[in-house]
Amino acid sequence: MNVLSTCAASACQQAVCRALCSVVTKGNIVGVPVGTHPYHKFEIMKWNGWGYSDSRFLFNKKGQAEFTGKRYRLSGMIIPGLKDWFEGTFGANLQHKTPPTPLLTNTAVPPATLNEAFVEEVKSTGIPFSHDAEDRVFRAHGHCLHEIFALREGKIGRVPDMVVWPSCHNDVVKIVQLACKHNVCLMPYGGGTSVSSALECPPEETRSIVSLDTSQMNRILWIDEKNLTAHVEAGIVGQDLERLLNESGYCTGHEPDSMEFSSLGGWVATRASGMKKNIYGNIEDLVVHIKMVTPQGVIEKSCQGPRMSTGPDIHHFIMGSEGTLGVVTEVTMKIRPMPEYQKYGSVVFPNFEQGVACLREVAKQRCAPASIRLMDNEQFKFGHALKPQVSSIFTSFLDGLKKFYITKFKGFDPNHLCVATLLFEGNREKVLQHEKQVYDIAAKFGGLAAGEDNGQRGYMLTFVIAYLRDLGMDYYVIGESFETSVPWDRVLDICRNVKARIIRECKDKGVQFPPLSTCRVTQTYDAGACVYFYFAFNYRGLSDPVHVYEQVEHAAREEILANGGSLSHHHGVGKLRKEWMRDTISNVGMGMLKSVKDYVDPNNIFGNRNLL
Amino acid sequence: MTDTYKDSGRAGLEDVDEFVDILEERRRSSDLGYAFRTFNPQPYKGAPSCSTADLNKAVLESQYLSYMAKEIAMETGSSVEEVREEVCGILEEMSQNLQLGFIRMMAYTLSKVFKRLFTSILVNMEGLNMLQQAVQESPVILMPNHRSYMDFLAISYILFTYDIPVPVIAAGIPLAGMKMVGEILRRSGAFFIRRAIGSDKLYWAVLSEYVKTIVRRGFAPVEFYVEGLRSRTLKSLLPKLGMMHMVLEPFFKGEVYDITLVPISISYDRVLEESLLAHELLGVPKPKESTTGLLKATKVLQENYGSMHVNFGRPLSVRQLCHGKINRCQFNLVPRDLPQQPSAEAQACVSWLAHLMVRIQEEGLLISPWSLMACMLLQAPTTVLTEEGLLWHQLTEKTLWLRKLALDFGARLNWPGQVPDSDVISSTVALHCSVVQRKAGRVYLVQENEPLRKCPISPEDGVIRMAAPLLMLASYRNQSMHVFVRPAMLATAIRVTESTQRDELFSFFCFLQDVFSNEFIFIPGKSPQDFEEACVLLKKCGAVNFSQQEVMVLDAGSEVLSFLQALLQPFIDSYQVMFRYLCEEGVHVLSEKQFLPAVRNLATELILSGELCTYEALSSDMQKNVLSALRRLEAVTKLRASEQNEYRVNKAAVRRIGDILSRKIPPQMLQTTPDARL
Repeated sequence: MNVLSTCAASACQQAVCRALCSVVTKGNIVGVPVGTHPYHKFEIMKWNGWGYSDSRFLFNKKGQAEFTGKRYRLSGMIIPGLKDWFEGTFGANLQHKTPPTPLLTNTAVPPATLNEAFVEEVKSTGIPFSHDAEDRVFRAHGHCLHEIFALREGKIGRVPDMVVWPSCHNDVVKIVQLACKHNVCLMPYGGGTSVSSALECPPEETRSIVSLDTSQMNRILWIDEKNLTAHVEAGIVGQDLERLLNESGYCTGHEPDSMEFSSLGGWVATRASGMKKNIYGNIEDLVVHIKMVTPQGVIEKSCQGPRMSTGPDIHHFIMGSEGTLGVVTEVTMKIRPMPEYQKYGSVVFPNFEQGVACLREVAKQRCAPASIRLMDNEQFKFGHALKPQVSSIFTSFLDGLKKFYITKFKGFDPNHLCVATLLFEGNREKVLQHEKQVYDIAAKFGGLAAGEDNGQRGYMLTFVIAYLRDLGMDYYVIGESFETSVPWDRVLDICRNVKARIIRECKDKGVQFPPLSTCRVTQTYDAGACVYFYFAFNYRGLSDPVHVYEQVEHAAREEILANGGSLSHHHGVGKLRKEWMRDTISNVGMGMLKSVKDYVDPNNIFGNRNLL
Repeated sequence: MTDTYKDSGRAGLEDVDEFVDILEERRRSSDLGYAFRTFNPQPYKGAPSCSTADLNKAVLESQYLSYMAKEIAMETGSSVEEVREEVCGILEEMSQNLQLGFIRMMAYTLSKVFKRLFTSILVNMEGLNMLQQAVQESPVILMPNHRSYMDFLAISYILFTYDIPVPVIAAGIPLAGMKMVGEILRRSGAFFIRRAIGSDKLYWAVLSEYVKTIVRRGFAPVEFYVEGLRSRTLKSLLPKLGMMHMVLEPFFKGEVYDITLVPISISYDRVLEESLLAHELLGVPKPKESTTGLLKATKVLQENYGSMHVNFGRPLSVRQLCHGKINRCQFNLVPRDLPQQPSAEAQACVSWLAHLMVRIQEEGLLISPWSLMACMLLQAPTTVLTEEGLLWHQLTEKTLWLRKLALDFGARLNWPGQVPDSDVISSTVALHCSVVQRKAGRVYLVQENEPLRKCPISPEDGVIRMAAPLLMLASYRNQSMHVFVRPAMLATAIRVTESTQRDELFSFFCFLQDVFSNEFIFIPGKSPQDFEEACVLLKKCGAVNFSQQEVMVLDAGSEVLSFLQALLQPFIDSYQVMFRYLCEEGVHVLSEKQFLPAVRNLATELILSGELCTYEALSSDMQKNVLSALRRLEAVTKLRASEQNEYRVNKAAVRRIGDILSRKIPPQMLQTTPDARL
């Protein structure tokens, strides 16, 4: 089964070379893809913001918002409502700009502390590496607000001293061995979409820090059609994995909001969750086999039995280990035939309470569609503001009619109503049947079907919403999202209390304008739900906005915990939420995890100091 | 955090101007027009309003009551349906039925009544404005002190007048039994609670779910008396914790973001029920609340009761107050609806908050000239008051002296500024002609006019006759006790211990607090602060000087110190009488029913023999307080099996407390129940 005879080719430096490589497995021939991510990511991606360099929101000369580039459905469109919403919600003003530092100045980057012996030996293995400032800075952060804010101001803290690009499992084995030998600190880096300060270099680390970038390990090594599994290198990012599987008629169905950039290894390391988990499951339901390289050697199971009773599942030491134990190199995961039919939908509820009651009922009847999300009123308005300019008079007439029907005829208060977006998948007949079932339940809670377009736009927005933060940051507005999971009976309470706490804390901390404090329920489970909070405010008049932001987020997390919410549903702990770990998992729990760390990595080679 | 309430503003005379007389407008314009004006209060933002039917349905269908019904059905062997029916019955008896029409009717009637009874009803506008804001933000709990049946009527009346949502009010069930009146009150927002719920689990459950549902919904402020009862002695009562816990629990469990507590201090120049109260204290049973009784009481309406002050305190955030005192995560691992004993932490927090609220009520009270005079009158020997008469100018001088002291101590006074002091004093005496009379430059106590009897009254009856006006005076004195009690305890400690050492004084001070904490309100765990406050106040008025180690009496301080000691003396003497009874009595087990008359007899005897100077030992309120204090101090234990409140007395323990109080032995810290302290 070990097929990587061509591993030596990993020394080849460019994608061109890689495209020539091919891997033969027992049944399938899979071309090695050209990864979406080149070695030097900043060539196509922003170094100080979200996503692709060519895609961004801006206010054009007429003061209208538009989204640039060609990559998204929204690309190239005018968004007429955004300006008013933006100014109205935040009290922001297009005259008051806060542009970022345009270029990374190398002088701002601390010089690399290299472990010469380690560098020499890496060189001799032929594994590509770099200590260019751009490469190092790019891998020194995730996408927490404070990280991006600092980059925009051109402030660079401790960054990795070197980046290595292994291109296969064996490369990783070599690197880890060398790191152990020379006592170098390794920090695995996948897609770089962390929002838990997990990629921040510990400032107290005195050893040379090497960022182990898995982006070149991005092949599907084989597809097993009999068992419907695929064996994939862990550096592959979500969109590539999905695209390549689609070419063979399959999918994983794992679609976290960050799937354009986040990697399979990252999903495993943080216990990721996908939008369509109702059909496909979360990452822990999807993996069949994991291979991880640790300082003690390689950890993996001996077979692919679908379930085992062999003591505690060692996968659960790996999943959520956040790069503290080793590098995930290869994963066997479940795949499914691509769905025959997809249908979006949306339901408007008179208020959030009714909406939550409906989601709860759907969960109770275990008939949740692939995805069901409920936005609160503020987010509904936000989504509304992001409607692109409509081309035909007919559509705008229809929109007007819909609005009239809902607010006037049905008597929904536009300041209370909220909307659920739905995505159904499967064969056509079953989807339609399923759709009817869900709409019938919704009707019992006063829900009105509000069309496919609204639903589809809702999902499309999840990919562009991260770009919107960069726009806000151009105009004194900072914000972020955070999430939790909570039992059903506490969903309403936690939403109300956390939102209220955010508003109260902002006021107490001297924020001059009322903040945007909004939430949505993004996943349903038998016993509870996942809730996402969005929080942003206009920081004009504050001397240290990031500190204020962090204080408010901290208070919000305390409020979440006091209301029976979890520390995290899928973002992970990183360093941002470490302080609450002991309360979260008890002293003994901490001891267990620590003793695993002590055994697997006694010299703290994987020294990113996440989690514990 | 503990001192957040302090800046609620203790102020002197000048603050009285902020008060607005709401009757002034009523005397000028039509009451009918007023009652039918548009009433359009700003409602609570968090939730829509909620009809009586919706509310009751929510309570009935609550998960909590469904758990409870199952539990009780299991225990009693009846079916769940039977229990649920019982729940319906309880709810029907309890529930309010707030209707605007009835509020208007009340507004009309009360306009007439208030105008007849009171010269003015003065309300602080600033407090009302803050309340108006607060009702929009979070569920509001109105917490007035309770001195008269007028209290809740006046508050609803004021809120109606100022377009604030009228409250739902926890009222005693006897009111519900009154023909017509009960229903009117119900429709004006009263809900009715049985007295002596005791161990009726189902009743507690229904009540608590009912109250919690109202708080969670937040559609109307909830009003209840944290003191539980109307104070017969015009002194704050020890807070009751049951209702307090019910209103706070939705916050503890995260069901609401915050709850706002609004302490309300109502001060009366003259209390309508004054003579009724004195007689109740002497063992004449309270007349049953009945509509005919109410009509008979109309003669009360013929008299003038001066002014009434309603002081709305600064709204307090429970979230802020409880910060660091309650761990809301404690409900993470069990269903929040599950019937459970509150944790020790929650109990301590509720108790602390309840005490704090009563203290804030006290600080918001306005002290009337009459209360100051009562302090002075009671320090004169009884024979002077009844026979020789107290010299008018002496009373005036002393009252003015006390006014200065009260101001030094930070009291809020209700002393008219524009009028000469002598006029104030005369009009005060005139208002209280039922208690004192001025004749030929002297002041006399008014004794009851008994119908002429053939046989001369016995000496014992004479004592009781004398006692009524004296207890009335004592009640009016009590209106200002909270201002003086801390320095008075220090003054007593100084006299009894004859020491200047701070630790020694502090330990006696703590002992006094322990003994008298059923009598006066002390916030649990705050003894050091109370002691410090006492030192500071006595220094401020020039009576003592103090350092880290010592408290030195100054020569100029003797007048203040002896006044303060004398103020506390009736309490000490009365307690000693009761301790003496308990120690001498042959039996070791006694019931409350036996205790009260027996102590009354002993006290009467001692008064007649001249051994006891105060009549307050005759007060049933004080007698009950002694029993409670001794129970708290574990010198008396309640017999579990007993139906009739029987107690076993530990004579040695009682004697020890008495001996410490008279300084026969030095104080050692007495055992107190831990849950009352934080």
